[in-house]
Amino acid sequence: MDFELLVRIFPQVLLDGLLLGFMYALIALGYTMVYGVLEFINFAHSEIFIVGAFVGVELLLGLKSRGVLDTAPWPLVLLGVMLAGMLASGALAVTIERVAYRPLRAAPRLIPLISAIGMSFFLQDVIRLTESLWRNAFNLVYPTLEPLNERFELTSTLDVSAKSLVVIVAALLMLWGLHALVNRTKIGTAIRAVAEDQAAASLMGIDVNRIISLTFLIGGAMGGAAGVLFGVQYGLINPYTGFIPGLKAFTAAVLGGIGNIPGAMLGGIVLGLLEAFAASYMSLLTGGAFGAEYKDIFAFSVLILILIFRPKGLLGEVVRERA
Amino acid sequence: MLALDGLDVYYGEIHALRGVALEVRGGEIVTLLGNNGAGKSTTLKTISGLLAPRRGSVVFDGRALTGVPPHEIVARGIAHVPEGRRIFNRLSVRENMTMGAYLRTDGHVAADLDRAFELFPRLKERLTQVAGTLSGGEQQMLAIARALMARPRLLLLDEPSMGLAPVLVEQIFATIVSINGQGTTILLVEQNAAMALSIAHRGYVLETGSVVLSGTAGQLAENAQVRRAYLGE
Repeated sequence: MDFELLVRIFPQVLLDGLLLGFMYALIALGYTMVYGVLEFINFAHSEIFIVGAFVGVELLLGLKSRGVLDTAPWPLVLLGVMLAGMLASGALAVTIERVAYRPLRAAPRLIPLISAIGMSFFLQDVIRLTESLWRNAFNLVYPTLEPLNERFELTSTLDVSAKSLVVIVAALLMLWGLHALVNRTKIGTAIRAVAEDQAAASLMGIDVNRIISLTFLIGGAMGGAAGVLFGVQYGLINPYTGFIPGLKAFTAAVLGGIGNIPGAMLGGIVLGLLEAFAASYMSLLTGGAFGAEYKDIFAFSVLILILIFRPKGLLGEVVRERA
Repeated sequence: MLALDGLDVYYGEIHALRGVALEVRGGEIVTLLGNNGAGKSTTLKTISGLLAPRRGSVVFDGRALTGVPPHEIVARGIAHVPEGRRIFNRLSVRENMTMGAYLRTDGHVAADLDRAFELFPRLKERLTQVAGTLSGGEQQMLAIARALMARPRLLLLDEPSMGLAPVLVEQIFATIVSINGQGTTILLVEQNAAMALSIAHRGYVLETGSVVLSGTAGQLAENAQVRRAYLGE
């Protein structure tokens, strides 16, 4: 076993893991916020996420075909594209709640869940149909923003691309912003109040339906931003790309303690790190017996172990009720 | 101020209120007495909009409340301290109070916070504490203080004495009297009939969803039926 190699690649793997982890964290917020308020898994969130990525790629391709992509200042382009992705995904999430979940609010638990799964398939095929009609293709490649491909060599073994830095900074800013919104503002307090007790919240004068819409808006917008960042970072998207990251982000939310916002952030980062380390180290440590393709098995085995010992997740709280 | 008339409320197939009619006049403390399941809490929930009546009317200040959602009823001036307090356990004491003042846009919320702490000094000591860690008595104080933050003209109180030690019950009832003294009308649901009648102006007795008796607190306290059924004689 090449011990020196293990040490040498460590910083790079750590960075890759964090990058993936922040991506999961951003997506996981959509699951966990909705679960916190409605105790319901929005299975269509993976498509809400990928719709953000598609809005982003369409805008970038549009700019490119007009020849302005390389002349416009890239931070402005990226910011604009991200805002558009957030807006589209946020609006989509709110619409889905109105048409597919709200009418089923009084129905047994399983019914809205099935509605969500149906919505997920429906959206995949709507994206596929739209893109097929529009571009005659539904596997799309993000146009490169040239300055983002620049790489900075931090040490001889660690280099960071500009886009990775952008993704990390953007994700951190959004996570911080959401945390501040939920914990430091009146509307954020109202979201937490509705999450805890809808009837009591309505007795405070809180319009519960509006808060639920707001929750979908915020969760969807975070998903849309993650979609754009995903496209910028990994390049290739298709209508089904959202499914696996969505499932993993959902797992991250459960790992952190579903319904718990800091938990979703932590869960995402832990899962990203586990995956990155498994992908790089397993084949080295097992002499090639288990390759990078076993990363999910390793990552999920660890998850199962954690959940056996902490069934409510890493930060899942046990609130003691008093009479 | 508040008038219920011919109110029929169902929980699924269960007929919970049968033609309930009652009235609360401005400035009064009115109490609803009755056994478990008589329909006292159901009456309050119907007033605050948590339950929709199948028939009958709820009129507040001359305007119908039937079909109005709970958050708009709060805006009209009714605050409801529900059964079991229903404070937000995961929110701090201060955040619970802020939620009580959710609809307020006048700039006097901070002043009202201070007034609430004069009524309940214990809450001030626990301002940043998570509400779920308060004692039962403190939670009841918080539930009442939170409702007052909406500056209601009518306060609905559901079993404020439940689960509290006798000395705390005395304290809560003294506070209710002082809230009433400051101009808030009160509709009080209470198992502890002796306590309720000692502070109320008038009262109604509910049995299996119907009003069977009504009168001034003095009349009810003298009534043989009330004495036997609710005052333990």
